[in-house]
Amino acid sequence: MHELTTTRHNELVDPVLHIWGWEIPVYLFIGGLVAGIMIISGYFTLKGQFKKNPFSSFYLPHVSLILLSLGMFSLFLDLEHKLYVWRLYTTFKIASPMSWGAWILILVYPALFLNTLIRIPDRFKGVVPIFDRLSARINEHPFLIKNIGVLNILLGILLGMYTGVLLSSIGARPLWNSAMLWMLFLVSGLSSAAAFVHMIARDKYERQLLAKADNAFLTLEIFVIGGFISGLLTSTSVHIEAAKLLLNGPYAAVFWVFVIGLGIIIPLFLQLLAVNEKVKHTALPPLLVLSGGLILRFVIVYAGQYSHYMHQALSR
Amino acid sequence: MARFGMVIDTVKCVGCMDCVVACKTENGVPEGFNRDWITQDVTGRNPSLHMEIRSERCNQCENPPCVYCCPTGASHVHEIGGVVLVEHNMCIGCKACLASCPYDARFIHPDGYADKCTFCIHRVEKSIDPACVSVCPTHCMTFGDLEDPNSPVSKLLASRKYHTLIPEAGTKPHIYYLV
Repeated sequence: MHELTTTRHNELVDPVLHIWGWEIPVYLFIGGLVAGIMIISGYFTLKGQFKKNPFSSFYLPHVSLILLSLGMFSLFLDLEHKLYVWRLYTTFKIASPMSWGAWILILVYPALFLNTLIRIPDRFKGVVPIFDRLSARINEHPFLIKNIGVLNILLGILLGMYTGVLLSSIGARPLWNSAMLWMLFLVSGLSSAAAFVHMIARDKYERQLLAKADNAFLTLEIFVIGGFISGLLTSTSVHIEAAKLLLNGPYAAVFWVFVIGLGIIIPLFLQLLAVNEKVKHTALPPLLVLSGGLILRFVIVYAGQYSHYMHQALSR
Repeated sequence: MARFGMVIDTVKCVGCMDCVVACKTENGVPEGFNRDWITQDVTGRNPSLHMEIRSERCNQCENPPCVYCCPTGASHVHEIGGVVLVEHNMCIGCKACLASCPYDARFIHPDGYADKCTFCIHRVEKSIDPACVSVCPTHCMTFGDLEDPNSPVSKLLASRKYHTLIPEAGTKPHIYYLV
């Protein structure tokens, strides 16, 4: 028997840590989605395939600027000392993933903005003349377009990785303390972005291409989740207990049903049928993928806060 | 260079909570929050049970993850005694430090910043013991410089068996519990 009784009862900390509510999972999901969008859009820009993939190349960067702003607003809502948010930009702390993230986000905006300038949608032409001139200048130099593509891919990878590193660097929470987490969030972000294009794009070729890409990302995600879980299961006892939270603990039902089943396996099956022209492309599989990606962030953030050295020592 | 630490004799501690009250009074800790607290740790199998009563607080780690993860530098190691402190006006309330502390020793002050035990650094700078140590009726708590081999804390650690909390987390805590 091992029983702990404490007189401490600090809000958000006891009996179980729950400092991060809906704001952080939503921010991590949107951050991952925007990262995936930057990589996909940047790839088409780099490869000169932007005419074949009009939504990914010309409209997605505009959408992602709005999405990223929503994500950052969500992050802002989570801060307890909101008026001091500017302090993030008075220093750079090399050991702090959150500091890295704050500065990466500052770099992401201009990269996305440059991507939007490659082709300004007709309805916005002439609204801000300087943007039209910049757009014309960029289009005169194909190497500039390629560099914008490379910049978006690199910053997209950094942004996607950072959303995972932010959690995995926190050693006090055994569930997060995995080197696979950044890969999981990056692949999930790519999958969500591909699903987003699959859902919204009108061009048949583009939908088909992104559905195929999404199938590859979803398959990869299954292996990464397998690696993530097996990494925890082959680690110390607290990490094994942390893995059990997802496998057969309080978060298992949501994890297996909404993340693995409805978020990966079923949409993968439906999209495989769609790309092989057995069924029509519908919005259902991408909607399931996007929901699965969001619920994955909720499960990881909530179960991670639940996982603890002390509690798990007691549960043995 | 000094390295402040605290040695707590769990044989003497009766869990009276004087240290908790003294801390709240000295530091104006808001209602509903604690910078220090009492833990009763019961192990064994009935009828051979063993109970350890501990006064717990921030472990003032030598390898403080709360400082490393802080994006603004609000959480920092003080130049005197290596005490981990929070600069309130630099804290944005992101709560990364709360997540990174394996002891859950931090909380969010109602004014929005992360708060925790400071080893009563305002008293220590005047060579006065932290409030919790000063009021302890059983004298189970000893505060001092771990780097000085002649300090009371060093002598206690040299002469008695002790343990720290969650050493496997690798934070090198500087609160020692005599057994």
